[in-house]
Amino acid sequence: MAGIKVFGHAASTATRRALLTLHEKNLDFELVHVELKDGEHKKEPFLSRNPFGKVPAFEDGDLKLFESRAITQYIAHRYEEEGTNLLPADSKNISHYAIMAIGMEVEAHHFDPVASKLAWEQVFKLFYGMTTDQAVVEEEEAKLATVLDVYEARLKEFKYLAGETFTLTDLHHIPVIQYLLGTPTKKLFDERPHVSEWVAEITNRPASQKILQ
Amino acid sequence: MKVYGDGMSACVARVLLCLHEKETEFELVPVDLFACHHKLPSFLSMNPFGQVPVLQDEDLTLFESRAITAYIAEKHKDKGTDLTRHADAKEAAIVKLWSEVESHHFNPAISAVIHHLIVVPLQGKTPDAAIVEENLEKLGKVLDVYEEKLGKTKYLAGDSYTLADLYHVPYTYYFMKTGHAGLVNDRPNVKAWWEDLCSRPAFLKVSPGLTVAPATN
Repeated sequence: MAGIKVFGHAASTATRRALLTLHEKNLDFELVHVELKDGEHKKEPFLSRNPFGKVPAFEDGDLKLFESRAITQYIAHRYEEEGTNLLPADSKNISHYAIMAIGMEVEAHHFDPVASKLAWEQVFKLFYGMTTDQAVVEEEEAKLATVLDVYEARLKEFKYLAGETFTLTDLHHIPVIQYLLGTPTKKLFDERPHVSEWVAEITNRPASQKILQ
Repeated sequence: MKVYGDGMSACVARVLLCLHEKETEFELVPVDLFACHHKLPSFLSMNPFGQVPVLQDEDLTLFESRAITAYIAEKHKDKGTDLTRHADAKEAAIVKLWSEVESHHFNPAISAVIHHLIVVPLQGKTPDAAIVEENLEKLGKVLDVYEEKLGKTKYLAGDSYTLADLYHVPYTYYFMKTGHAGLVNDRPNVKAWWEDLCSRPAFLKVSPGLTVAPATN
């Protein structure tokens, strides 16, 4: 299992998706720090790893990847037998797999664009000495509320988004949710009992705690 | 298999392309978006986000075009085009990588341009030129990366056509009808790749359905 490297920043939500997956699977790896504030991700040699200039990039032996959700899916499949199973319990069942895939698409296209804007406005802008645009926060919170209403209905029926077990679908949400819990946006999760319970479950996992250190 | 939606929707077209590549029979069930049938409870029970496409395969109901196509490609992995390189874990991972690139880098930029140049005028409103300009610039940068990649491999994920290429087709088809086709045509590797995608039999079956026309350039 030697030879797994993540090139990224420990505070980056996308890097954290990759780290979470590796921790869930108890895999050894090296985190190679990329200094974002120096623009290291926009220069060589990082650009040869990811021509889009974003963290994380990843290496496992001679396989090189980027895009956090491609990395997490590779790890979940390649190391299916290690640590936590992040695929559906019956991963050969293509219907169950498809349900998990829907959840991953929903996270990518409905949840993350909105949640990331809220994290940017209320958390990351402050790191860079910029100020929160409250109008944007209000607009994006209204969109997030609509998405979370769908999640509330789903989580009334199932313990996790893809069914009764924790999967990549839930995992992909964790890094951004962790940041939002430190902002007033937390109320949107608290107001929805099943969402609130799910958030508590997934953020209290040992791997989820490890990435905060 | 039943696909709910219309052939003119880019997201529906992704699913239709995949079904044709996999030589799979299906029924297309139109959904009247102008009459807001996609917001009715009967539709929302299939897709709570109220969007096309939806796929029904016996008792399984799926939504999100990229989840649907991945399911079709897996179910019929032993016939038609190999869209996922499933036999090799590394190649499969590279297909997923370039599919994520389409999702997160290409699609947001091109769909914003299509929305403002094609959809907004159809609604009788004026496109936001600043948003178009901003997204054309982003799209240009993405295509610069594609130009370099397609100088090394015939398709995005390697030397075979896969879902990673397929996902780009419908919006690019509409984009080439706007006045900005130069973004593709001025990049020789991207242009050659696009012309190849347009020559595929599955494309020739689906493109007649892509009938939304730009009102302005």
